[in-house]
Amino acid sequence: MLLHPSPNCSLRAENLVHVHFKEEIGIAELIPLVTTYIILFAYIYFSTRKIDMVKSKWGLALAAVVTVLSSLLMSVGLCTLFGLTPTLNGGEIFPYLVVVIGLENVLVLTKSVVSTPVDLEVKLRIAQGLSSESWSIMKNMATELGIILIGYFTLVPAIQEFCLFAVVGLVSDFFLQMLFFTTVLSIDIRRMELADLNKRLPPESCLPSAKPVGRPARYERQLAVRPSMPHTITLQPSSFRNLRLPKRLRVIYFLARTRLAQRLIMAGTVVWIGILVYTDPAGLRTYLAAQVTEQSPLGEGSLGPMPVPSGVLPASHPDPAFSIFPPDAPKLPENQTLPGELPEHAVPEGVHDSRAPEVTWGPEDEELWRKLSFRHWPTLFNYYNITLAKRYISLLPVIPVTLRLNPREALEGRHPQDGRSAWAPPESLPAGLWEAASKGPGGTQAHGDITLYKVAALGLAAGIVLVLLLLCLYRVLCPRNYGQPGGGPGRRRRGELPCDDYGYAPPETEIVPLVLRGHLMDIECLASDGMLLVSCCLAGQVCVWDAQTGDCLTRIPRPGSRRDSCGGGAFETQENWERLSDGGKTSPEEPGDSPPLRHRPRGPAQPSLFGDQPDLTCLIDTNFSVQLPPEPTQPEPRHRTGCGRSRDSGYDFSRLVQRVYQEEGLAAAQVPALRPPSPGSPLPQASQEEGAELEKGSPPLAWAPNTAGSIWSLELQGNLIVVGRSSGRLEVWDAIEGMLCCSNEEVSSGITALVFLDRRIVAARLNGSLDFFSLETHTSLSPLQFRGTPGRGSSPSSSVYSSSNTVACHLTHTVPCAHQKPITALRAAAGRLVTGSQDHTLRVFRLEDSCCLFTLQGHSGAITTVYIDQTMVLASGGQDGAICLWDVLTGSRVSHTFAHRGDVTSLTCTTSCVISSGLDDLINIWDRSTGIKLYSIQQDLGCGASLGVISDNLLVTGGQGCVSFWDLNYGDLLQTVYLGKNSEAQPARQILVLDNAAIVCNFGSELSLVYVPSVLEKLD
Amino acid sequence: MAEGKTESPGPKKRGPYISSITSQSVNVVIRGVVLFFIGVFLALVLNLLQIQRNVTLFPPDVVTSIFSSAWWVPPCCGTASAVIGLLYPCIDRHLGEPHKFKREWSSVMRCVAVFVGINHASAKVDFDNNFQFSLTLAALSVGLWWTFDRSRSGFGLGVGIAFLATVVTQLLVYNGVYQYTSPDFLYVRSWLPCIFFAGGITMGNIGRQLAMYECKVIPEKSHQE
Repeated sequence: MLLHPSPNCSLRAENLVHVHFKEEIGIAELIPLVTTYIILFAYIYFSTRKIDMVKSKWGLALAAVVTVLSSLLMSVGLCTLFGLTPTLNGGEIFPYLVVVIGLENVLVLTKSVVSTPVDLEVKLRIAQGLSSESWSIMKNMATELGIILIGYFTLVPAIQEFCLFAVVGLVSDFFLQMLFFTTVLSIDIRRMELADLNKRLPPESCLPSAKPVGRPARYERQLAVRPSMPHTITLQPSSFRNLRLPKRLRVIYFLARTRLAQRLIMAGTVVWIGILVYTDPAGLRTYLAAQVTEQSPLGEGSLGPMPVPSGVLPASHPDPAFSIFPPDAPKLPENQTLPGELPEHAVPEGVHDSRAPEVTWGPEDEELWRKLSFRHWPTLFNYYNITLAKRYISLLPVIPVTLRLNPREALEGRHPQDGRSAWAPPESLPAGLWEAASKGPGGTQAHGDITLYKVAALGLAAGIVLVLLLLCLYRVLCPRNYGQPGGGPGRRRRGELPCDDYGYAPPETEIVPLVLRGHLMDIECLASDGMLLVSCCLAGQVCVWDAQTGDCLTRIPRPGSRRDSCGGGAFETQENWERLSDGGKTSPEEPGDSPPLRHRPRGPAQPSLFGDQPDLTCLIDTNFSVQLPPEPTQPEPRHRTGCGRSRDSGYDFSRLVQRVYQEEGLAAAQVPALRPPSPGSPLPQASQEEGAELEKGSPPLAWAPNTAGSIWSLELQGNLIVVGRSSGRLEVWDAIEGMLCCSNEEVSSGITALVFLDRRIVAARLNGSLDFFSLETHTSLSPLQFRGTPGRGSSPSSSVYSSSNTVACHLTHTVPCAHQKPITALRAAAGRLVTGSQDHTLRVFRLEDSCCLFTLQGHSGAITTVYIDQTMVLASGGQDGAICLWDVLTGSRVSHTFAHRGDVTSLTCTTSCVISSGLDDLINIWDRSTGIKLYSIQQDLGCGASLGVISDNLLVTGGQGCVSFWDLNYGDLLQTVYLGKNSEAQPARQILVLDNAAIVCNFGSELSLVYVPSVLEKLD
Repeated sequence: MAEGKTESPGPKKRGPYISSITSQSVNVVIRGVVLFFIGVFLALVLNLLQIQRNVTLFPPDVVTSIFSSAWWVPPCCGTASAVIGLLYPCIDRHLGEPHKFKREWSSVMRCVAVFVGINHASAKVDFDNNFQFSLTLAALSVGLWWTFDRSRSGFGLGVGIAFLATVVTQLLVYNGVYQYTSPDFLYVRSWLPCIFFAGGITMGNIGRQLAMYECKVIPEKSHQE
């Protein structure tokens, strides 16, 4: 091996560089470091101490710290990725970086989110908090970036590096705040809400059975209810949705369903990691290459050490220890580990010839070691277990040596991997090879600048694209008023098509609803048992309709009304047969009829004069029309005012009562009902012939004497109509015959709500008392099939008992003071009776012995609506806008949600969700188990309470002259049916879902029957 | 050293008890003591930082390196910081504009950290020339004031303190009472006002925070009695 000094280079003694190293880190150095760390921890402590009103302070504080730390890690990683070699001591600048980046934004964010109204949904709270602090956060960030940029232009390398770290850290901290900390915060807030709910439960609910009971009950109910509600509709959500969805939503749902984005990202990450592992200089590839090198036979033994792949140092190196390079060290193999950075030590091996090639060394090559990280030398010497503390190393000047070798030898002496390395062109001459090697760093320097600019331009472009993408996503996905409470579609304008959240309006249908006309005034009460439909208008007239065909079966006019002349065209020809009563011969009218109620000015209650003797007869009319008298003395204006408020504000007492009845009519449909005696009259048949026959042979109908009271509540089961009047009188009518079967007026307080269930009548009165009646028939009943309808075979039909005997109504039990204030809601199911009152409480009674089981307290306003079903899940809504779910078995409150601004006007449950409507004309759909709001539907003004559930996934709402069908699971508008010709029609204030899935809305003075299957036929 | 540090949250914890049995003057004394200890502590730590600048030229004896400077320097710094820390809220009260900007302990901690960082940078970072060095330090100090104070009275007081302290130091050095470890006298003089300014702002911040705590406690006390 021959080494020749290069002729164009001379060894200069002044080129010797000594690098001194300090002693091991001592206490004197540690004290400032410890101080800064103490200050850092004090800063973090005082910052996170301000986090308040959250569920887990420690968790959130940890998240905040993690946000800052990981943003610092990201900044270090990014800077290293782009080629910045850190020269600062990381441990020293770390506290300052944390302090510069700061926890302020996180705290401000937490504070503003926490201070949003508690009753809002979590995502809305987050959105509001973010938007309220967005300006200050942006301003702070811009200020800090500006300060740091000024620091960058000091042109001091250390400060520049610090500023670079800080800038990248700030940006990534912002990124993490928005995407990581906000998420943690929302989870925390949701946890807090759940914890609050648990905390607010009454102590007797500490039984752990609250939730476990609810769950099986739900499934049980699914099993139980399905067969008993035989709808001809079966909605299949998936195929259904494909038909109805707008295209972009379909794409999004598809993406969401298949988790496409996540999988792509995952696959990409795996591939990326694989590539990284393979191409990493210290990674798999070089390791494999090293293995191959060791196993492959070396070319010539005389060639000295093979070039070692970079980064992998041989564990057992032949030169174990030297602290100072000897000036004439012939071979320094470890220097070849950094071929691009240490060419001055690259002593070529395999020297054979002395022909001198021209190798040029510039002065820039001498100082190349200064580009090394300051930890390079300690790390390097650490590999040899040599500490540099208190020692120094000397960097010798470069001694370029020349060697001459022919190409063949050079090729043979090459490392097998060299052909692929970038700095060794395979076909170059050896001299050229070394020249390239020595010129390399300067070239990469210039190249690096260009790369930096490219990266900067690319980063700018990527940032702009990212912002634009986010903007587009926001535009596409978020409705305009996202982040405002009560979001969703804006209030529709009149005449505008109803549309769903995304502005999608399905086509209108051409189906014509069946219109039931015959009432003179607005319809106030509705009741149905699936077969029959009873309606009562403000004029006090009760009409009985066939729910299948829409025929009017019976009319019961207001008792005591005079027969009057009225327009003959009042009745439609579709009412092909009807039994008309003539109220003109009844007892004189007694106008003042009701005890005082909250919204209605009333006169004193008057006792009835005649008891329940039927003193009048009714004439039968055939096809010619007989009118019902409009009664001038009747208190329509009073009703008008009473209901006028309801139209404006949405709260009306009678509507609550009616809703009770609507539900009750459904619930009681399977209970056999009694048929009042109708001697000599055959059963009403659906066919017209039978009807015609019937009307000829039917006897005169008996009518009750005037009972001085408007009808406040109405209930129908089988063909018995139970009417509760404002005078406190309870009447039982035969729906077909139009006869008064019996009545009871022992108490003069008005009946505000009725439940008719299983031969048992419960009447809630205005003075807060509850009366339990039982119906008894005195002869054996002969069950007859009422109008054999083939479609209802599976469900227990309301078989009608035809008997020749009278029905007696006995007062079995009275709860004198069930509530201190008027009872506003009354529901019964599953052997339980639930009353809700204006005294903010609910009470649960057992139906059999009318024993009070629980008194449920938890509302802060009057109870407005109550729902109970067979699974003993009880929901109640109050004037405070809250919805409570209760477990009737234990009397404990399961959940409590502030649902509406204003009263909750109506409440229904399905197996999976709770549907509520409020005075704010919103219909909210809540998840039943978690109490989280799924979505809300904006209703027309005054139609807030009109909703009905047809099946578990079909919801009907009323609108301005129309009804809309919604898919409950997704909140999509499926269909809109217009009820009248003109769009200026009255709002549909009530919707009653019948057993055969028809809907009745009280639509002014008309009723409309809409058959849901037609909607679904359209869909298919 | 460390005890001086833990002193700063100390009065906050003891505050209610102490203030319920003491008067306002005692409270001022307590604040002064706390500020004094903070000043002493910071002076020692920062002195250590300055020594580390030329650490290889010094013997590695820790204790002597800490007390290698004159013994009276830390107490002087402590006294000065106590005066400054009491002066700031006092001036605020006299000017009738209570300082409202970022009145939190976390902000104060941040301020202290930035102050230490400025010292650290001045000790560790190599600058090309003194002009650049002092310009950078001045910018950093003004940035500190803008970030944590933003009051005109604070700025004026800081400038005054910086001027006064520089003059005093120069006088001391001229008279040979005190000498810097570094022979580069001009070099030292250039960065001294900036450090004094930043220190004044920082101590004023701490003092205001303590005073605000006193203001909060004393109404409570009067309410209790």
